[in-house]
Amino acid sequence: MSVAPAEVDLPRSADKTVSDKPWVTIVWNDPVNLMTYVTYVFQQVFGYPKKKATKLMLDVHHKGRAVVAAGAREAMEHNVEILHGYGLWATVQHDN
Amino acid sequence: MEPFRSTRGGGVRATLAPAEASLLRSLVGQVITLIAPDGPPAPKPPDDPDGLLDWDTPAEQPETPDDPVLARLLPDGYRDDPEAAGEFRKYTESGLRSAKQLAAQEMLDTLPEAGGKVQLTHDQAHAWLKALNDVRLALGVRLGVTEEFEEQWGRLAADDPQWAAYEVYAWLGAVQESLVQALA
Repeated sequence: MSVAPAEVDLPRSADKTVSDKPWVTIVWNDPVNLMTYVTYVFQQVFGYPKKKATKLMLDVHHKGRAVVAAGAREAMEHNVEILHGYGLWATVQHDN
Repeated sequence: MEPFRSTRGGGVRATLAPAEASLLRSLVGQVITLIAPDGPPAPKPPDDPDGLLDWDTPAEQPETPDDPVLARLLPDGYRDDPEAAGEFRKYTESGLRSAKQLAAQEMLDTLPEAGGKVQLTHDQAHAWLKALNDVRLALGVRLGVTEEFEEQWGRLAADDPQWAAYEVYAWLGAVQESLVQALA
């Protein structure tokens, strides 16, 4: 038998963990996908404004990869599935 | 070809020469064949109640395809983590294959047999975008295309057997570009 703790509220510290968004969606550069197409896909899939989508596309192009979204693992896997449908080279990764 | 233009209501239109229509039809058809699922179906629970627990859950862990074209069309969802990549593939690969086949089939269904005017709704245009991109990915991998595509092409001798494929690849890029511009 055990005694239930009198305190029912979660400790304050549990509200904010070290990282709220430990998983990320990464898009990798590839030589085939058109720059305009990748920008368009980012706008369509994530609802990003054109400026942000273009910046992410350029990051992919120049740096070889870019983090395009962060959040729960399931949500990132869902993103990757959709991006694969569009033919983008995307992966899920733990953000550490 | 008359490039894609946007139309009222979010759709697009273009005009294709007969040879262009039949080239697209052939290429998209080849992608459909390429991504058709194969292998035996997953084992099912037996009908006999006595054997209810006596069957193997689908233990099959699909692996990254050996064919580099398939590996590009159906990529790993995780890098440097084969176990997570296998799990991801197990739950997503067949859906991805179906989605790609649906897009390709929708493109074939809206592509006039003898060429001519192509009129697409926004959703149909998205199917074309995906299907065209899959064709370009497949051809790009087969040709070993890099970001210096123009230079690669320029170095080919005029009688190189790959010359025609380079020309098709470049043309597909122009078609897709005009479609993106019309939609954006």
